[in-house]
Amino acid sequence: MSFRLSLMIGLTGLMVAAACGGGQQAPVTPQPNLDSIRRADSIAQAARDRRAAEERARQEREAARERLESQRRSDSLAAAEAAMARLRESLTTRIHFDFDQSSIRAGDAAALDVKIAILRANPNLRIAVVGHADERGSDEYNLALGNRRALAARAYMVQRGIAADRISTSSRGEEQPLVMGSNEAAWAQNRRAEFTITAGGERLVAPGM
Amino acid sequence: MTLARLTMGLSCLLVSPFTLAAQDTTQAAGGVRVGITYTPGVRPGVLVLGGPRDVRLDSVRAILARDLEYSDRFELISLPSGDSLGLGLGGANRPDYVNYPLYAALGADWAVAAEAANESLVRVRVFDVGGQAVRREVTIGVSDIGDANFRLLVHRTADEIVRAVSGTPGVAATRLLLLQRGRLYTVDSDGAGLMPISPANTRALSSAWGPRGQRLVYMEFGADDGARLWIMDPVTGERRAVPPTSEGLNFAMAFSPDGTQLAFSRANDEGTDILVWNVERTCCLQRLTVGRFSDNLSPTYSPDGRRIAFVSTRAGAPQIYVMEADGTGQELFAPFDYGVTGTSNAPDWSPDGQHIAFHRDVAGAPQIFVMDVRTRTVRQLTSLGRNEDPTWAPDGRHLAFVSDRTGNRQIWIIDLDTGRVRQLTRLGEARLPAWSPRID
Repeated sequence: MSFRLSLMIGLTGLMVAAACGGGQQAPVTPQPNLDSIRRADSIAQAARDRRAAEERARQEREAARERLESQRRSDSLAAAEAAMARLRESLTTRIHFDFDQSSIRAGDAAALDVKIAILRANPNLRIAVVGHADERGSDEYNLALGNRRALAARAYMVQRGIAADRISTSSRGEEQPLVMGSNEAAWAQNRRAEFTITAGGERLVAPGM
Repeated sequence: MTLARLTMGLSCLLVSPFTLAAQDTTQAAGGVRVGITYTPGVRPGVLVLGGPRDVRLDSVRAILARDLEYSDRFELISLPSGDSLGLGLGGANRPDYVNYPLYAALGADWAVAAEAANESLVRVRVFDVGGQAVRREVTIGVSDIGDANFRLLVHRTADEIVRAVSGTPGVAATRLLLLQRGRLYTVDSDGAGLMPISPANTRALSSAWGPRGQRLVYMEFGADDGARLWIMDPVTGERRAVPPTSEGLNFAMAFSPDGTQLAFSRANDEGTDILVWNVERTCCLQRLTVGRFSDNLSPTYSPDGRRIAFVSTRAGAPQIYVMEADGTGQELFAPFDYGVTGTSNAPDWSPDGQHIAFHRDVAGAPQIFVMDVRTRTVRQLTSLGRNEDPTWAPDGRHLAFVSDRTGNRQIWIIDLDTGRVRQLTRLGEARLPAWSPRID
């Protein structure tokens, strides 16, 4: 602002000097004052610089805000991912069976109830249940037994309102033991039903949300 | 060397190493007759003659000798360094001379000689030592032991020798399907010639033979959760899927004796049931059992094709049942005491129709049982270790089964007439054997 004021004063001075010249004198064509022009140029440049700096500052503020927002977004995404991983884990938690039996144990009913809640909250979700047997018993009979176990798990869920066509069933008999070994500890782990997500598992909604 | 000296020197050799071969069933189990009665020393002696060293002939002689031993119908007379005793045919002046008195002195009722007829033919003769005559002559078209069918052709000759002597052909020219670590193989009846059948990097399980061993069917787990059946020509390796098995988990199957029908077990969301498919006309899938709350599986046809024995859990634990081939007239087959008798599985109907072999749990371990179809009485054949999945040889007197008696699961063979038991496989693991019919 002070630059502009002194420019005005300077110009006024020139005009006064010209007006007070002798009447007979040829009018003096005002010559450009090079200093004044340079001065004016530098003032304009300074103004441009200032505007650029202001623009940069604005952009930086903008970028910072965006960074913050994206951080917030990714934080909530990670939280959502973690939540979904927990849902998937609940869905794929194995259940186990007594020797040559296919009835659902009391302790495993709770695990199935959790799966039911997740299936209810996610209508597009489909799962597969595969039954397994321990190494005792006939190799071929164990396929039927594993199938029976998968069907028992499915029946439990269907009886509690899950559409049957959302749960496929199969068996691998004793062909895919989880744990090697010929002792009750290994057998107990191998007599199981495994659950996998076959469709609609990309985005899961937690029950009750 | 005089005959007298030879006879003296050989007397010790006449004590056969097989005479008192171990039979592992001596314990009695409630209501079940255990074991096999075996009278030693009544089987005819057979001597496989030697001759000058010859790779082709020596292989033929070795395979014949082993096949005859495994037939369990002979006392095989073995001599240490046999042909050093000059037990070939002929003599210096008489190439056709057959030294019957010598063979008789060695205890032989029969002598078998393999000679070169020419470069591509081997002549095998069976001599009746007592009758001093040739009983049978067979020529085998083999020029080199590397020939693709060399072993099979020699096995057939052994079966022909058994037929000449006993009236019933042997079972040397047969193969067994077996499962080793998820892959299916065939092995010759003498344990040689292990050949993969199912493709590498796939997982198979059940298998069964068609008539005359011309085709087989096996189950392969799919990439999805199912398992389908494939029918394969074991010679060419060509295979085709059984169309109705593209859905569900299909396993434990059997061809009808005429090969037109394929009965199989299918596990799906209704449980496990037995279906039958017309292989000949590729049509007419029919469900034979309906068990909403029970499983039905493992069909095996009677040799006349009219009945099917199978496993059912309709009374709770799996037991052996029987029905007409169209699914009617289902009834309990092998008797059991409810809540007492162990679970019974894996029935196989004998080729003569008279017996059903299966395994049944005894004190926590499966054991091989045979039921007489007419009287429905059962007897237990094994008690050492876990013994399961019996399969009949086409002669109806040998059974192959899985046993872990030496540690891990291997295929063993028992002769029901003598009680002799031999180990067929020495693999990393072998299970689910299926013994072929005689192979054409």
